[in-house]
Amino acid sequence: MKTRNLLLPIATAGVLAMTLSACGGGGGASSGGNDAASQGMDGRGPITYVQGKDNSNVVRPLIDKWNAAHPNEKVTFKEQTDQADQQHDDLVQHFQAKDSGYDVASVDVVWTAEFAAKGWLQPLKDKMALDTSALLKPTVQAASYKGTLYAAPESSDGGILYYRKDLVPTPPKTWDEMMSMCSIAKSHNIGCYSGQFKKYEGLTVNASEAINSAGGAVLDANGKPSLLTPEAKAGLANLTKAYADGSIPKEAITFQEEESRQAFQDGKLLFLRNWPYVYNLATTEGSSKVKTVLGMTALPGKTGPGASSLGGHSAGISVYSKYKATALDFLKFLTTEETQKFFATQGSLAPVIGSLYSDKDLVAKLPYLPVLKTSIENAVPRPVTPFYPAVTKAIQENAYSAIKGEKTVDAALSDMQKSIESASAGQ
Amino acid sequence: MATEVGPTSVKAPASGGAPIHHAPKGVGEDNRIATQGRWAAWLLAPTIIALSVVIVYPIITAIVMSFQKDAGLDPATGLFVEGGPAGFSNYINWIFQQCPAPSGGTVDCPPGTLGAQFWSATGTTFFFTIVTVALETVLGFWMAVIMARAFRGRSLVRAAVLVPWAIPTAVTAKLWLFIFAFEGIGNKLFNTSILWTGSEWPARWAVIIADVWKTTPFMALLILAGLQMIPAEVYEAAKVDGATAWQRFRMITLPLVKPALMVAILFRTLDALRMFDLPYILTGGANNTTTLSILVINQIRQGFNAAAALSTITFIIIFLVAFIFVRFLGANVVEQQTGAGKGKK
Repeated sequence: MKTRNLLLPIATAGVLAMTLSACGGGGGASSGGNDAASQGMDGRGPITYVQGKDNSNVVRPLIDKWNAAHPNEKVTFKEQTDQADQQHDDLVQHFQAKDSGYDVASVDVVWTAEFAAKGWLQPLKDKMALDTSALLKPTVQAASYKGTLYAAPESSDGGILYYRKDLVPTPPKTWDEMMSMCSIAKSHNIGCYSGQFKKYEGLTVNASEAINSAGGAVLDANGKPSLLTPEAKAGLANLTKAYADGSIPKEAITFQEEESRQAFQDGKLLFLRNWPYVYNLATTEGSSKVKTVLGMTALPGKTGPGASSLGGHSAGISVYSKYKATALDFLKFLTTEETQKFFATQGSLAPVIGSLYSDKDLVAKLPYLPVLKTSIENAVPRPVTPFYPAVTKAIQENAYSAIKGEKTVDAALSDMQKSIESASAGQ
Repeated sequence: MATEVGPTSVKAPASGGAPIHHAPKGVGEDNRIATQGRWAAWLLAPTIIALSVVIVYPIITAIVMSFQKDAGLDPATGLFVEGGPAGFSNYINWIFQQCPAPSGGTVDCPPGTLGAQFWSATGTTFFFTIVTVALETVLGFWMAVIMARAFRGRSLVRAAVLVPWAIPTAVTAKLWLFIFAFEGIGNKLFNTSILWTGSEWPARWAVIIADVWKTTPFMALLILAGLQMIPAEVYEAAKVDGATAWQRFRMITLPLVKPALMVAILFRTLDALRMFDLPYILTGGANNTTTLSILVINQIRQGFNAAAALSTITFIIIFLVAFIFVRFLGANVVEQQTGAGKGKK
């Protein structure tokens, strides 16, 4: 009798709990996007644009402008955090839940392949095609997967070599030239070169730049690892050699972007590989010792400009969106010259339209643009693969050991190769 | 912390109904018991719902997921397809460090994959746990003994000691990251040029130092609570009998504070076994500071189902450690609150 009395409430509780939690479930089905991709292509109506934190207030004015012109197809801005990992996980959750509320999302260049392969991004072809002829090629490449465009390039980014104009009369064009100038650094008792060599995403950027600049490639055209080449070996060896002989100071293996910028600004480095954001800070911050002697040039390569890793974001349309016609118009709006110029002036974001890099007003405001254009034109997207998280880990882990001298370059590359092969083998 | 305290506080009312069994039985009595029992069950229902939603359901889902394969790529379309049932392969792959081979089947995980890090991460986790808990116990005890004394400004000291504990771990980690930077105050102060986060043992010590700094106050407070339960008369009697300070500490303080101490060590151990934020922010897991929790988070980005298997393994490891503590080392977390009547088994 007592058992029965207890059973009823507990059973009720159990059923309720299961009903409740069922709302949170629904994960798993990841390849259901194919049917969704053919729907809603003519739909027009209010949409939502999802992007990470809008630090320099660029997105809101743009959306206001759009909304004024399109009162029936208003865009709402959904702002995510400023952490890339959290933005990624937030998008994954909403796509997995087939949320039609995430119409257009800003996608980091390294996530495009993953999202496309999961079937979450609307292929931009046929009816949904987007004209990319005015856009910089590498940015279009980075937004494509298996030859199909999946997102509209929105902003770009590339590496720049900063140097000390007072100590280096003519900037180096090749890696060997730069290394030969390290004697200047030595005579002034400062470090010669640094990038970002802590074990994190920045190391992937720097290691792939070294490999690509020497003529190698992390992945071949089919997405298979191709690290067992003399070029890849020469590229990674450039870094390990420079670290071993002290041309890269030993503390560089603890450097992220900010630490390396600080060291350069304090006058402790002759050359620095970093992103364009350094320019403003290094020329305006009171504590900067390089204000008047800051030089900029393209990254050094084997015989000419090196191959920068590409940064930036693209805007993709969710396959679950109901109003894809509006979404496509919004994508076109994001890639107009006017919008791109606004991105550059208001948010210091590198434009994806080639012609803007020689725009007089823009260059006056952002003097690094001509150098950046060379950088982006020669840029190679970071490995475009749906297994990017595993690939970047494989690069970081092994490049870090190689730079520290715990592994030979050959062993590091062969382990990298095997790890990437294993990651792409699936299960 | 809340998750650990949760089950205990729930258990208390549940077994609080126990005395009803022993009540003398009559006819009216029986009815009353039934009504009471039904009421109790209805009153417990919300808690049970809450617990099933936040604890039981996620654990079961994780276990179910861990028996599924991760999505693989269809080479023809370039799209991901469901992996299907996996049996125990996710678990076996972790424990024997096997990774999928390009030609099918599995191979030993090459360095650079997460699979290759399972045992080293387990070792690192236990290393951190043992070293930090040992240091925190000794330092915490010392701090507690000081705080238990009556002196001017005692409450100020107690409040000040709590500050590191009150700071969120992520902030602590960032703080120590600045201290341990190459150009940071740590190296400046001692005129050294150690790459704190750049080589293995300094990186490990950096994590240990930051963790000890942060959690010793927690230990100290729990031990302090135990110390204050000891009546002053016992010490007075010992003094009269001529016991030395060391004898008083060994024969009175230690045995009497043991229950509180064991609970404190248990809590800290469980906490340390899932250490994540400190090494993640300080070193990013480089230089052999990858703990199991960091490995889980990294794996989530590469495949949910293998991550579910790994977190189940982590769960089992932590559960076993807790079990050993409660069963063999006499950490009386539960029984003390349900009444001393039962005593030890």
